[in-house]
Amino acid sequence: MSSRFLRVATFAACLLALACKREERDFRPQPARLSLTAPSEAQGDLVPANTPANTVTSPVRGGNPYEGVAWGISEGQFLFDSYNCSGCHARGAGGMGPPLIKDKWIYGVEPEKLFETIAKGRPDGMPAWGSKVPEYQIWQLVTYVRSMNGLEPKSATPVRSDHLQQSLRERPLQ
Amino acid sequence: MATALGLLLTGGLGSQIQNQPDDAQWVMPAKNFASTRFSTLSEINTANVKNLALKWSFSTGLDKGHEAAPLVVNNTMYIVTPWPNTLFALDLTRPGPAVKWTYQPNPSRSAKGVACCDVVNRGAAYFNGRVFYNTLDMNTVAVDAVTGKEVWKTSLGTIRQGESMTMAPLVVKGKVIVGNSGGEMGVRGWLAGLDAETGKISWRAYTAGPDTDVLIGPNFKPFYPMDQGKDLGLKSWPPDMWRIGGGSAWSWISYDPELDLIYYGTANASPWNADQRPGDNKWSSTLFARRPETGEAIWAYQLNPHDDHDYDGVNENILLDLNINGRLRKVLAHPDRNARMYIMDRATGEVLSAETYAHQNTSEGVDLKTGRLKTVPSKSTGFKTVRDICPAAPGGKDWQPSSYSPRTGLIYLPHNKLCKEFEGRQANYIAGTPYLGATVRMYAGPGNYRGQVSAWDPVKAKTVWSINERFPAWSGTVVTAGDVLFYGTMDGWFKAVDARTGTQLWQFKTASGVISQPVTYRGPDGKQYVAVVDGVGGWSGAIVSGGLNPKDGTGALGFVNAMSDLPRYSPKGGTLYVFALP
Repeated sequence: MSSRFLRVATFAACLLALACKREERDFRPQPARLSLTAPSEAQGDLVPANTPANTVTSPVRGGNPYEGVAWGISEGQFLFDSYNCSGCHARGAGGMGPPLIKDKWIYGVEPEKLFETIAKGRPDGMPAWGSKVPEYQIWQLVTYVRSMNGLEPKSATPVRSDHLQQSLRERPLQ
Repeated sequence: MATALGLLLTGGLGSQIQNQPDDAQWVMPAKNFASTRFSTLSEINTANVKNLALKWSFSTGLDKGHEAAPLVVNNTMYIVTPWPNTLFALDLTRPGPAVKWTYQPNPSRSAKGVACCDVVNRGAAYFNGRVFYNTLDMNTVAVDAVTGKEVWKTSLGTIRQGESMTMAPLVVKGKVIVGNSGGEMGVRGWLAGLDAETGKISWRAYTAGPDTDVLIGPNFKPFYPMDQGKDLGLKSWPPDMWRIGGGSAWSWISYDPELDLIYYGTANASPWNADQRPGDNKWSSTLFARRPETGEAIWAYQLNPHDDHDYDGVNENILLDLNINGRLRKVLAHPDRNARMYIMDRATGEVLSAETYAHQNTSEGVDLKTGRLKTVPSKSTGFKTVRDICPAAPGGKDWQPSSYSPRTGLIYLPHNKLCKEFEGRQANYIAGTPYLGATVRMYAGPGNYRGQVSAWDPVKAKTVWSINERFPAWSGTVVTAGDVLFYGTMDGWFKAVDARTGTQLWQFKTASGVISQPVTYRGPDGKQYVAVVDGVGGWSGAIVSGGLNPKDGTGALGFVNAMSDLPRYSPKGGTLYVFALP
């Protein structure tokens, strides 16, 4: 390979790298990395609701910034798996936790109430996530949960979930 | 006469372990150490069971899944409820039995959030004047059987790590043996022995980790090379993943006094997404034989190495002495979640047969030379979507215990007929939350019925008869010397069938579906009674007990999809029903 070719190639590579330099946008800040292997003392465990360790004080500042925002709903759906919400609530049906697609809400389905439920926890098993999940992500989760119930504009709500679609074979029996 | 009767009952082979002495009480959920759930009472028989009538009933006032067996000791019936784990003592000497006392352990409300499959409890055990059981929030309690006063309460862990307790203890040689639940939460599974007198923890055997933690020492002699070697509970995992690897011990324990061994199985490996944990993941989904006084492991056999399907190894082990291929063998019969009935030499851990008792397509058999399950590669899961997996996660059979009659020589299996679709994704470990990495939907297997009760011949290793049920057969069975088999269904029928033919002889409509364990006993008036608690729920009935929304079939770890019609057949609510002949 000639040295001339190498010089041209290097120049082109630098130009390409410069051209690719874009404004940095924090589209998806890394979720707080909770202990991925063994639970670590430093990071602390999740705490049940109404315990002294739950120190969230002011959960609501200026309402839900993601109301009606498709991106917020989509991020909420992603986080709903990342934080294992789906392990308890499935995709709205519930399981270990109560259903999230429903008409009657014990603690309210208004954005501020949902925020409080996630941040502070509730006494029958919902842990307090306020010290683990950044505030903007809690709002995204709130927006996703509301979208499950048709409480976000249709234009912003995805028509299908990110997950396993039902096949003909496994249609529920009637 | 007594001797003649004894010979008649035992077929003249009184030394066989299945011929257990019977005082006509019910002091432990499995009836006896061999876990046969066989009663020698014969007043109710195939000819007269059609006249069986309700004598009295009792409401627990709770609407979650009721899985516990009532105990009957000294003319008192003891019932443990789902959370809040109240213990009722009912005085059977009075007509329309009254509550003698209730004991309230007041478990934490938050514990409900770490219970994978409804807030169930599988019952208590009686020993030496005390009733022992576990609370959902990680305590074992001892209650004075006469006064209802708490004698001791021992904390065994914390719900913050996702642990809970739902199993019924077994009391052996003064040790109360208990284990944790939480294979869906990435717990570290264990079995522990507590001093029945003081509640002090004598030993704790972890499922995974170094041999010292698993209580594996010089006397550990697994039958197959695949289970032999040092620190396999450490080496068969990616670094440190054994610490959150599941393998809880949430179900049944049996005991052979002659060999002085307890037998139990460990649960699935965590997380469900098997691609995240390359290796055999020992000792998850494994049968263990241990010494009851020290917990020392004597042998182990891994049923489902590198479990792909949530096939816990926790199902019951019925201890039998059987003539197999012309030799009297001391065996255990273990109907596994993987739909195979393991007949194993319980002294050594050798597999004698492992034939299919329920519909399945995930394995081709067990290699009897190596002991290893021959899995079907196309059904293995991980970071992908796999369809048509049978049986589904609850297995060919879940915890619902079988019974065995020494009169018929048959095992009576309540089981499931479910398949599933599985989508794997990344599971994140967050202590105290589910650790799954899977989206699942279950559905009825071929034939569109979801459950069966089958009679299995453990010598010939084949099904003798089967009864199809609309829903998974999620209650235990009990069989009597009257050759009557009792079980309940999730659509609320408590049934009596002929143990020899499977012909239905009688049924009674309960208010809610039955997912508990029926028992039978002799009352203070000398009559034979049959008792069962209804109250649908558990994993299979969570759609009713948890009020889940069938619009999303992935609810209750995918079980909702298969049970969307259950609310039309069964409301909530726990009631005890007691039957006798008129």
